[in-house]
Amino acid sequence: MTWENSAITITTLLPLAGALVIALVPRRYEMGVRALGIVFTGAALAFAIAITFTFDYGASGLQFQLDTSWIPAIDARYHVGIDGISLPLFVLTFVLSFLCAIYSWRVVPKPGKTKAFIGLMLLLETGMAGTFIAFDLILFFVFWELVLVPMYFLIGIWGSANREYAAIKFFLYTLFGSVFMLLGFLAMFFSSDIGGGAHTFDIITLQQYAASGGFSQGFQLVVFAAVGLGFAVKVPMWPFHTWLPDAHTEAPTIGSVLLAGVMLKMGGYGFIRIALPILPYGAQKYAPWIGLLAAIAIVYAALACLAQKDLKRLIAFSSVGHMGFVMLGIATLTTIGINAAIFGMVAHGLITGMLFFCVGSLYDRYHTREIAEIGGGVMQKLPYLGGVFAFVAIASLGLPGLAGFWGEVMALLSSFSPAQSLSTPLFRAFMIAGGIGTILTAGYFLWMLQRVNMGTLPEKWKSEVFGDIAAVEWVSWVPLLLGIVALGLFPSLLTDVTQAPVNSLLGLFGA
Amino acid sequence: MNQAIDYTAILPELILAGTIILVLVVDAFLSPAHKWMAMPLAFAGVVASLIATLTLIGDDRSTFGGAFVVDEFALLFKVFFLSVALLVLLVSFRYFREGRFYQGEFYFLILTSFLGCLLMPSSRDLLMLFISLELVSAPGFVLAAFRKSDPRSNEAGIKFFLFGVLSTAVMLYGMSLIYGLTGSLNLVEIGRVLAGPLPQGRETLALASILFIVAGFAFKVSAVPFQFWAPDTYEGSPVPVAAFLATASKAAGFAGLLQLMFVAFPAQYEFWTPIFAVLSILTMTIGNFVALQQRQVVRLLAYSSIAQAGYMLLPFALVSANPAINQDAFAAAVTYILIYAVMTLGAFAVVIAMSKESRGLLITDFAGLSRRAPVIAVAMTVFMVSLAGIPPLAGFWAKFLVFQVAIQRGGIGTALAIIMVINSVVSLSYYLAVPKQMLFVDGEHERPLMPPVLVTAVAVFATVAVVAVGVWPELLAHFPPLSTLVGQ
Repeated sequence: MTWENSAITITTLLPLAGALVIALVPRRYEMGVRALGIVFTGAALAFAIAITFTFDYGASGLQFQLDTSWIPAIDARYHVGIDGISLPLFVLTFVLSFLCAIYSWRVVPKPGKTKAFIGLMLLLETGMAGTFIAFDLILFFVFWELVLVPMYFLIGIWGSANREYAAIKFFLYTLFGSVFMLLGFLAMFFSSDIGGGAHTFDIITLQQYAASGGFSQGFQLVVFAAVGLGFAVKVPMWPFHTWLPDAHTEAPTIGSVLLAGVMLKMGGYGFIRIALPILPYGAQKYAPWIGLLAAIAIVYAALACLAQKDLKRLIAFSSVGHMGFVMLGIATLTTIGINAAIFGMVAHGLITGMLFFCVGSLYDRYHTREIAEIGGGVMQKLPYLGGVFAFVAIASLGLPGLAGFWGEVMALLSSFSPAQSLSTPLFRAFMIAGGIGTILTAGYFLWMLQRVNMGTLPEKWKSEVFGDIAAVEWVSWVPLLLGIVALGLFPSLLTDVTQAPVNSLLGLFGA
Repeated sequence: MNQAIDYTAILPELILAGTIILVLVVDAFLSPAHKWMAMPLAFAGVVASLIATLTLIGDDRSTFGGAFVVDEFALLFKVFFLSVALLVLLVSFRYFREGRFYQGEFYFLILTSFLGCLLMPSSRDLLMLFISLELVSAPGFVLAAFRKSDPRSNEAGIKFFLFGVLSTAVMLYGMSLIYGLTGSLNLVEIGRVLAGPLPQGRETLALASILFIVAGFAFKVSAVPFQFWAPDTYEGSPVPVAAFLATASKAAGFAGLLQLMFVAFPAQYEFWTPIFAVLSILTMTIGNFVALQQRQVVRLLAYSSIAQAGYMLLPFALVSANPAINQDAFAAAVTYILIYAVMTLGAFAVVIAMSKESRGLLITDFAGLSRRAPVIAVAMTVFMVSLAGIPPLAGFWAKFLVFQVAIQRGGIGTALAIIMVINSVVSLSYYLAVPKQMLFVDGEHERPLMPPVLVTAVAVFATVAVVAVGVWPELLAHFPPLSTLVGQ
């Protein structure tokens, strides 16, 4: 047990340990439970930060590896590790979870049940973090599915009016995708041959096997479809996105934050980590289609946003658009595109997480999310909250100098000259669609700000007493706001980390 | 033929048979207030039988001219059946003591059924198989009708009886044809003869008799289209009896079916694998889709058990000329049956805990249970999620093993795997209906529900087992190799 081989395992399992501890605390110690939530997510975050400091940014390949026996009967191993692609998302998970725990100090949504709420949040954290470090397909799948049950209950118990429908829809949709993914994993396993008729679930070994041309073209086409379906539902790619607006809208604030901030990234990460490197031929063949769906998603989401009346639903749809840029980047199969995708995912995690925090806090005060109900004048009533909201919305529409800008512009740039095997005119068309999307995105965000933030305060709210941003909210938001600015001003903070592993990944495509 | 009886080999059965007689006799001398004492007596007998079984581990014995065999396969199932018997006895105690039942007779009958279960995996002869199967079923007919004053229980018993007798007759006819064809009752011998060339015109006869026998067992495991009795019978029976029928009785059917198909009839696999494929698809699909409509929890579990039987039948359809795949298919089916039984038994334990205050056992009666009885609410959630096959719970690994063999088999296996994953997704929506009521909906009142201690203990035990196997599936691999039968 050295720091090198146990650090990420400890970090990932700390929240789970926290959930078990909380299960043992008597129900009456409500604040104690909330404090424990902060302690455990905080400890996990401290470990994650320690990992970023001990991470060797110059080295290539996996670090903090642990590859040990898990289920010999089915050749599944406990293989975890971390590299430049995983690290940002891994850290993002712990940052957002910690901030959510702090945010929950102030308020646990109706109907209370603090123990279960914090416990499920911690369980969710373990599942999400585990997905980003698993290098065995079965381990990956277990972590991947581990997030479903806690999120189902978070939406179903603590959600708003239509929560039961949203919860089951979320669960069924994502499960539908992931079971096909599992079959795809099994097919990879049985088609792999690592000598002596042995098969493997190991992602790295499978990559090497794929690089040596082990998987036939027909096989790759079929299995990419199966595996890609699982990831596509999670991202979600248009037209598999319909679970997302419901889930986001109905989920409690921290549920939306974690859903948008981290869970959607699991899908994008899956494409980059598993689908592309193990099935490069399939990736090349499907890339134009992924690009097309991404372009549609960007434009469609922007149009849908223009039609939304519910603030939270609007932001949910904006997520579909932002993830469209991520997928467009991935579809180009270029270094810059994949870097854009990872950048976009991290930026989206910070920005949209923050947007959901803002909307949640608005709802706590106004008890409505209807744009028409709020009726404008938030800047007058709640100047700080309104200001933060405006700042984040502008970050989300991709203002240069803030984090949202780089992911989008790099994605568009990469689709100007996609990988050699892909049709350049086609991707330039996608680029134009994406460009139109950015304009529409700016349009709906500004229009939203105009309707919510600006204008005169309606009569009915004048007599209400709302507290502006509370101390706890500031504490849980400032790190995100700083992150948005920092990544906007210094994008190389992130691209320097992702560059090397992305380069080696794309060696597979000869680009 | 050597007629010396190996008493060590049949010791567990002897102990259980002795207990059965003892329970019946002692019951006659107990005053009505003390009738409950039959349960501790029965419990002790099962424990003794379990200990006797455990001492046999590692032995390979055979007696009655090879009709009764003790090997790893048999021992695995025996230990499993006796453990299920212990759990069923525990959950029955309060139920039968507080209701107006003939307690002594109940314990007598249920133990007799378990004796049949115990014999089943050791039976390597058509006659023994038939006797074991009837020994499981016949007391079951009476048990299903044990709530005498309730017409639905009478319906349950009579339906079970009629369907049971009909399918038994068909099966027996098939067995007699096989005997006429091969001149042997021994499964291994039958397998040998059927593998060789049959006289002209006898091929069809062999296939027809296999079909008859499969139909008989399909009733036992409630496969579509032989499932009609199951929901009504489960609903009408006393809940512990339904628990028995859904777990031990069904597992016994599968134990018999496994031996027949993998030992006696493997040569004809080209004929019967498509039949099993169709049975499996129909059973899982119809079970799942009808389960979606259910509002009563025992019926829900009944249709769930039908759907799950479809998953268990799937490995049969994967049998091919490749012995490696056959062994894996066999192991997948066995593992699935064992894990399924633990989950279902746990779910029934929770239902029994609810049965005292909720007569109709509607799913909506579970509303707000998470506040009233958090322990069993969490347990029920675990069972439901596990039955749906969500990792990291035991039910996932059961399904995983089936998927694994199916994908390895390729061809029809891939198609079946796809149908099965779609079914699993569908099943999730009704499995979650119960946790949804318990957790999302507020109950009419907040009065704490105090489930009987023994029932809670069973639910907790099953929860721990489901979670432990889920997190550490390697536990399953510590079972003896499951392929002893197929290797022959």
